[in-house]
Amino acid sequence: MTCQQVVEIITDYLEGALSESLREDLERHLMVCPGCAAYLDQMRGTIRLTGSLTADQVPIEMMSTLLDAFRGGTR
Amino acid sequence: MSTVEEVLPDLALLAALRAGDEVAFASVVSKYHGSLLRVAQQYVASRAIAEEVVQETWVGVIKGLDRFEGRSSFKTWIFRILANIAQTRGARESRSVAFSGLSGLEENGQRAVDADRFRESTHRWGGHWSTPPRTLAEYPEAKLESKETIAALHRAIQMLPGSQQRVIWLRDVEGWSAEEVCLELSVTEVNQRVLLHRARSRVRSALEAELEVE
Repeated sequence: MTCQQVVEIITDYLEGALSESLREDLERHLMVCPGCAAYLDQMRGTIRLTGSLTADQVPIEMMSTLLDAFRGGTR
Repeated sequence: MSTVEEVLPDLALLAALRAGDEVAFASVVSKYHGSLLRVAQQYVASRAIAEEVVQETWVGVIKGLDRFEGRSSFKTWIFRILANIAQTRGARESRSVAFSGLSGLEENGQRAVDADRFRESTHRWGGHWSTPPRTLAEYPEAKLESKETIAALHRAIQMLPGSQQRVIWLRDVEGWSAEEVCLELSVTEVNQRVLLHRARSRVRSALEAELEVE
């Protein structure tokens, strides 16, 4: 397995979607290849940092329209 | 299918909403806003229309509160209302993006990492790193967590094709499972993974580029 192949199956690896034999090949590669181990580390870091992005805010006008509708609808 | 853990808080939430608890309503509107918006964008062309669809969805939720029987989870129910409204809107505009929404899959041959980072195939170590990445621990921690880095990440996501953007946002920002994304965006497991892979690969590359800037 080459490093160029590793970077293309890394998501399948993280998603648990690799066949057992491919996963074993990949894990053996990771043990001896610091470049690919670093790549996996960057991928995990990317996922973690993406998770720190803040979700979209509800526009104020939308929230106030909806609260009015809610007051009317559940009265 | 909903698990016990999902349904129990649902019951408490439902009771609060039926009792007219505005705080509970506002918090549930906030909680689902980002994901409703993303799923709506699968069906309609613009963000503005997607926002209208989200607003109509909540109006539908308010109207249907008394009829909701709890056979599905509250979340599933909300997204079903959204899908109905969004599909109608998308069809009315005849600009539905539901099918072209897979545009992120069309670019075949797109690589996760530039080919020039690897040794050429004629080399003894062809396909192995010539310029390997560094572990994140090798960069200053302050830089990794900086506002600039997070902003670069956000920009990279905004530049992705719509379908990739929706998948990475729902998976990695909103924390949805692969199954939920497949269901709500009507994509197969394999396509979901391909879209996620392309999205994460590009965002990783943007992160590395940002960290490499002195």
